[in-house]
Amino acid sequence: MIHLDNISFDQCIKCTVCTIYCPVARATHLFPGPKQSGPDAERLRIKNPDLVDESLKYCSNCKRCEIACPSGVKIADIIQQSKWRYLKKKFRLRDYFMSHTDLVGTMATSMSFLVNFFMGLAITRLFMELVLKIPMRRVFPKYNSTTFRRWFRTIRKSQEAYAQKAVFFHGCYVNYNNLDLGKDVVRVLNAMNIGVEVPREKCCGVPLIANGFLKKAKKNARYNIASLEERTGDGRAVISASSSCSFALKYEYSNLLALDNSRIFNQVEYITKYLYSRIQEGGLPTMKPVHLRAAYHSPCHLERMGGVIYTIDLLKRVPGLDLVILHSECCGIAGTYGFKKEYYDISQSIGGLLFKAIEAAEPEVVITDCETCKMQIEMNTGYEVLHPVQVLARAFREE
Amino acid sequence: MKTIETGAIIIGGGATGCGTFRDLTLRGVETVLIEQSDISSGTTGRNHGLLHSGARYAVNDLESAKECIAENRVLKIIARHCVEDTGGLFITLPEDDPDYHNRLIEHCKYAGIPCEEIKTREALKLEPNLNPNILAALRVPDGTIDPFRLCSANILDATERGAKVLTHTAVESMIIDGGAVRGVRCRDAASGEQIEVRGEVVINASGVWGQRLCSMAGIELLMFPSKGSMVIIDYRINNVVVNRCRVPSDGDIIVPGDTVSIIGTTSRKIDYSDIERLEVDDDEIDVLISDGEKLIPNVSKARILRAYCGVRPLVAVSGNVDGREISRGIVLVDHETRDGVGGFITIAGGKLMTYRLMAEWTADLAAKKLGVKKKCSTASTALPGSETRPRKPKIRRFTGIAKSVVGSTFYRHGSRVSSILERKKKNYGLVCECEMVTAGEVYYALRKLNVKNIVDLRRRTRIGMGPCQGELCSYRAAGLFAEFGAATPQKANRLLIDFLEERWKGIKPILWGDGLREMEFTYWIYQGLFGLGDIADDGEDEK
Repeated sequence: MIHLDNISFDQCIKCTVCTIYCPVARATHLFPGPKQSGPDAERLRIKNPDLVDESLKYCSNCKRCEIACPSGVKIADIIQQSKWRYLKKKFRLRDYFMSHTDLVGTMATSMSFLVNFFMGLAITRLFMELVLKIPMRRVFPKYNSTTFRRWFRTIRKSQEAYAQKAVFFHGCYVNYNNLDLGKDVVRVLNAMNIGVEVPREKCCGVPLIANGFLKKAKKNARYNIASLEERTGDGRAVISASSSCSFALKYEYSNLLALDNSRIFNQVEYITKYLYSRIQEGGLPTMKPVHLRAAYHSPCHLERMGGVIYTIDLLKRVPGLDLVILHSECCGIAGTYGFKKEYYDISQSIGGLLFKAIEAAEPEVVITDCETCKMQIEMNTGYEVLHPVQVLARAFREE
Repeated sequence: MKTIETGAIIIGGGATGCGTFRDLTLRGVETVLIEQSDISSGTTGRNHGLLHSGARYAVNDLESAKECIAENRVLKIIARHCVEDTGGLFITLPEDDPDYHNRLIEHCKYAGIPCEEIKTREALKLEPNLNPNILAALRVPDGTIDPFRLCSANILDATERGAKVLTHTAVESMIIDGGAVRGVRCRDAASGEQIEVRGEVVINASGVWGQRLCSMAGIELLMFPSKGSMVIIDYRINNVVVNRCRVPSDGDIIVPGDTVSIIGTTSRKIDYSDIERLEVDDDEIDVLISDGEKLIPNVSKARILRAYCGVRPLVAVSGNVDGREISRGIVLVDHETRDGVGGFITIAGGKLMTYRLMAEWTADLAAKKLGVKKKCSTASTALPGSETRPRKPKIRRFTGIAKSVVGSTFYRHGSRVSSILERKKKNYGLVCECEMVTAGEVYYALRKLNVKNIVDLRRRTRIGMGPCQGELCSYRAAGLFAEFGAATPQKANRLLIDFLEERWKGIKPILWGDGLREMEFTYWIYQGLFGLGDIADDGEDEK
């Protein structure tokens, strides 16, 4: 069966630069690289779907190949689509739990104390390694005792006073695991005289896509598009503090899930780009010095969106911040990829270069935009990892 | 000078020559095949590779149609690994004469071709990329056939039974003794050595070149060459053969062939003196693309890989000389009765589809002359690679080799895949990444399939036939020629240049868009990285 919905593979001129930039191909010989798995193999799969290679599953969907490609081939999209279209699907409880972040998050926050306690026990981890195939060494994020939405309800009234408002798509991580980041987003926006609105939302779908729950991902995407369309009728911006969530809302929905998100496309921004535009309009309050030596790591999906320059620009404005911008490397975790036993070693090996670079920079903290990059770096280097907005929040602090 | 004594001599390594070669060998006749270039390098390898059901000829040429459907059924069994049973459609577009549809159904009935009228909705389901405005559709048992594989398998079978092949060896003169042809003198292009081959029967199966060969024996046999051009699309834009339901004309068929699709064909009368320097004309490409687009609208969005042309070897039976009007029927000439020259047979006309039948007739005549009683068995003896029934290889046996590689190799070599993809290091690295050719397959081709240069290798393995057109793989292949001892390093460089020059010949007519970008990159590797243009010039100086 031929699917001619993504024929960008036809533009490939076989320069192989994508394979040079592929962190997975560098770490393991099991993955033949994006050129061979994407545009090359696509011709074979069109000829005969039986010619699909198992090695597709090693793609972590970091999208670095698409950044490198000079011919505009949507390599990672081709690989992801083929993975779920042609490979046999096996239901795995682990993948179900990892991808259904809303369900798991709701349960975990309601008994966060117990969950965090048990997740720290060796016996639980042994069980997870043996039964669920989640490596024992992997450190899990802690769950909050309350959700961001619940907290936001308590301050919602105060947001109505602002003339200018932004719609904050908080995503699962802020909601269930990092309430502090959510609070900082509200603090920073308020300091810049912008009120916050929180829309109805479901998981953006990134973990669902990565684990093959495409139907559910589409369902969530439709829900989010409808909810955001309601909110953005007057041209209001939708911002997200997660690079991967904003990437999904903007690009994965249309390219991979083939949904129409054109009415929200121009409204959705990653938070630093939004803040950058507001500052260009002259909305920057005075900043207090933040005396920190920090290393900045740029996440792959933010690079794919071309959003790194805005984050760097904001950070450079913070007085006192001694910023080291690390050479662009993938941290290796790629969402749920690094949580799986079969990919754990590859994931760690990919991140090796980054961890060394961080050590060499001798920072006090690491700054990055992505929540899973944060988990990977914290686990492997021991440094505290902050979100750029958290650094801004410190600069905007009231003493 | 070397002398070879044999029973029968076949001149021409096209489908007919290869078929006759195998047929006579199976009958126990000692046979030598002489080919001036490579096996299937002429007209045989320059068509769209359609496994005719016969429906295309049913209205105009009932006899050919009947031959086609009979051979169609035979080839699906004996050449299983060379054919793909894709099925075919005849679609009527709004501007076409709706009457032809009914005439076709009727004539298919006369010819015994299963032809089923299906709803347009069903046709679109079968082939989703089809023009949605079609008015009617017919389903016929068309398929695709790979001429390179077919010829190679015929040769392989014959040589494994002890017959001898001389490729890149051109016939220079005939040995005529007492009013009969007794052999030929030929020259090996690589070594320059002259070889005398003596036999009791000489069979001229050299297609359009047959006119020249006949004149060497002092016989006049006129050919009316008709050029047909085709363009290749980067990927399989259709999985079912799509024919236009009208009187056969230019640009009315799209055939999926291996990983690509081919739009065919034009028909132009050319002068006999031009048969060596055929070129695709720009207006032919325009017609093929614009008419191809009417069948499958996506044609205009896809990359065109190359354009090529072949020349139909039509023998003038009557005075009519228009390419399509002239009979494509089989012409078997016994020169003993026609011209009084003994021991000389010419087989011409016909088509790829009927190669086996032509070979059978020719071998029957040759066997009669040689006094061999044994009957033809090619209709029931499977070709090497097609012996076993299962279409799917047991992939488990090739642990560690990617499914795409096993599948592609199996597709090309059938059951012989097990002797190619041995558990050796050379099978775990790819030479050609577009068509999944391993170093092991190159080794096999060099050892078993009469490969003398990289162009030959391409015909056996599809190396350099993908979207990159040899951009990366040809360099690796040249390296392997040296590594496996098939050429000195200097010679390998020369082979590489020759190969790329041959590729560019077919790319030049379609240089635009992504194909042009690809070639810019190819040129950068060729000249910027390797400086091969300088080596090419050195070679010219030496000459």
